[in-house]
Amino acid sequence: MSDHAEISRLKMSYGWLSGLKSWWRMLVICLEERLAYRTDFALGTVMRFLPIVTQVFLWTAVFNASDRTDIAGYSRDNIVAYYLLAMITRAFSSMPGLAGGISRSIRDGSVKKYLIQPVDYIGFLLASRIAHKLVYYIVAMLPFVSVLFFCRSYFPPAPDGLTIAAYALSLVLSFLLGFFLEATLGMIAFWFLEVSSIIFAYMLFQYLLSGHMFPIDMLAGIPTGLAGVSLADVVRFLPFEYTAYFPAAVWLGKITGWELVAGLLIELTWLLVMIGVCRFVWWRGTKRYSGFGG
Amino acid sequence: MYNSSETKSDRVIEVNDLAKEYRVYDKPEGLWASVRGLFHRENRTIHALRGVNLSVGRGEFLAMLGPNGAGKTTFLKLLSGIITPTRGSASVLGHVPWDRADDFRRRFALVMGQKNQLWWDLPAAESFRLHQEIYRIEPVRFAQIHDELVDMLGVSRLLGQPVRELSLGERMKLELIAALLHEPEVLFLDEPTIGLDVVAQHTIHEFLRHVQKQRSVTVVLTTHYMKDVAALCERVVVVTEGSILYDGSLEQIVDRFTTHKVVTLDLEQPPAEGEIEKFGFSCEVRGPRVSLRIDRTRIADVLPKLLASQQVRDVSVEDVPLEEIVAGLFRGAASRRLHNDREQGASLV
Repeated sequence: MSDHAEISRLKMSYGWLSGLKSWWRMLVICLEERLAYRTDFALGTVMRFLPIVTQVFLWTAVFNASDRTDIAGYSRDNIVAYYLLAMITRAFSSMPGLAGGISRSIRDGSVKKYLIQPVDYIGFLLASRIAHKLVYYIVAMLPFVSVLFFCRSYFPPAPDGLTIAAYALSLVLSFLLGFFLEATLGMIAFWFLEVSSIIFAYMLFQYLLSGHMFPIDMLAGIPTGLAGVSLADVVRFLPFEYTAYFPAAVWLGKITGWELVAGLLIELTWLLVMIGVCRFVWWRGTKRYSGFGG
Repeated sequence: MYNSSETKSDRVIEVNDLAKEYRVYDKPEGLWASVRGLFHRENRTIHALRGVNLSVGRGEFLAMLGPNGAGKTTFLKLLSGIITPTRGSASVLGHVPWDRADDFRRRFALVMGQKNQLWWDLPAAESFRLHQEIYRIEPVRFAQIHDELVDMLGVSRLLGQPVRELSLGERMKLELIAALLHEPEVLFLDEPTIGLDVVAQHTIHEFLRHVQKQRSVTVVLTTHYMKDVAALCERVVVVTEGSILYDGSLEQIVDRFTTHKVVTLDLEQPPAEGEIEKFGFSCEVRGPRVSLRIDRTRIADVLPKLLASQQVRDVSVEDVPLEEIVAGLFRGAASRRLHNDREQGASLV
C-alpha cells in the first residue's frame, strides 16, 4: 500500500515538475520569438516615452497659468513624479496586443492548436506575456533609468523598506490583474467575433479610471449623490486604479497604514475574481466554439 | 459494419449518431438589409453532420472522401475535441474527445493541411523541443524518434531555418514530424497533401505508409485526391451532405458502383464509321486508337465479337477511373436529395 502511495506521490511530483518544465520551455520560446523582430521592438519601446513628455509639458503649462502651487494636493514636482511612477506601473499592467491577439486566434482558428495539445492556453499566454515583459524591461531599462535620473529632483525622498515592499507587491499584482482583465476581454470573441469596439470601450474606462490620465485622488472632491461618498471612493472598489494609480500613490506615500492594507486586499480580491472569470469564460467559450477557419 | 468480427477492445474509434448543426446568419445584400440586420436576423441551421455511425479498429487506415462542405473536417474536429456535437456520442481511445482530458490529448495528433502547429518565426527544432516538454517525452526516446523521422523525410538541413522561410512541402513534412514525435496512437490528417507537388505527395505517402505499418497507428485521413486513397487506405468512407454514403473497401466501390468496363483497342487501321459503336457506348476514336465502354455483364460475350471484327494490335480492359466513380457517387447523392428519394439513399449505406 505504501508502495502504491509512494508511486503516486512520485508521479504527482513528476507531473508538477514537468508542467513547470514545459512552462519554462514556453517562456524560452516566447523570448526567442520576441527577439526575432528587433527593430519593431526597439522602436515600440522608445515610442512609449513620448506621451509622458507631453503630459509633463501640459502640467507645467497648467501650473504656470495659475497662481496656485498646489492642485488637489499635488505640487508641480509631485505631478511629474506621479506621471513617471504611473508610467512604471503601466509598464507592468498594460498588455499591448493581448486581447486583440486572443480574439484573432479565435477568429482565424489558430486557437485550435491549444485545444488539441495537452497544454493550458491561459498558462501559455501568461508565460508568453512574462517573456514579452522581460524582453521589454531589458530593452527599456536604459531609457527608463536615464529619464528617472534626469527627473530625480521631482521625487520626494525614497520611502521606507516596508512601503517599498508594498509597492513591489502592488506592481506584481497589477501585472497579473492587467493580464487576466485583458485575457478575459479577448475571449469575448467566442461570443462576438469582432471585439475591437469592446476593447476600445474598455480602454476608454481604463484610461479615465486607472489614473493614467490624472491621479485618482483628484476625484475625491466629486460627490456621487450618496452622503459622504466621493467618486474616488467608488473607483477604489473598481479594478482599474490598481493598474496605474495605486502603486504610484503608494510610492509617493499618499496611501499608508490600514488604507494601504485595504488597497492591497482589494487588488488581490480583484485578481482572484478575474482569474476565476477568465477560467470560466475560457471553459464556456471553448464549449460553444465552432472551430472557425477550416 | 465493416470488420465487425474484431473484438470490442480493438475498436479505437466508436461513433454513434453523431450530429453537428451550426446556426448561421443569412446576411442579405444591400445597405438597407444590413441596417435591418442590426435589429433582426434570419437564422439558418446548417446540418454539417446528420447522425453518423462509424467504428474504426486499431491500425486501420481509413480515408474519408467527399465534396467540399460534406462534413469531413467537422467530423475530424469532433473526433479531436475541438468542437462539441449537437447530438450523439463518440469515443476515441476510450475518451470523450471534447472533454479534452490531457491523458487523451497526449495520445493522438491532428494535422491540418492549411493550419500549422509549428511556430512561424522560429526554426522547427524549437517547436519540436516544446513538444518534447508538453507531451512529456523522455529525452532518450525523443532523440531516437526525432532522428528517425527526420531521417526518413530527409529534412535535417531544414530544422534550423525559421518555418516562415520554408516551402509548403517542406513545412508539411515538418508538421508531420511534430505530430508524430509523441508517438500518437491515433492520427487525424485533414487534407495533408493539399497544394503539394507530385514528388512531395509521393514522399509523404511513402512516409505515412511506413509509419503506419511500423507502429500500427490508427489513421483517419480526409482528402480530395484519389492518389492519396489508392496509395494508402484499405477502407474508404464516402461522405456527402453530412451522411455516410458508403463504407467499405476501395475495391468494393468499383464492384458496387460501376456497371461497365473501359476497353481500349490499338487497331491496325482506323475503323470505319459506325463500326465500333454497336459494341458499346461512349466511343472515342483517335486514329487507330479506340476506347469504348461495355456493360460488365455483357463483356465476356461482346469482347470476342469485337476483337474478331477488327485487326487488333493491342487490347486492354480496365475499371472506370476511381475519380469518376466517386464523382458519380457525389452527383448521385445530390440528385437524390433533389428528388427527396430518401429510401434509395438509405439502402445505399
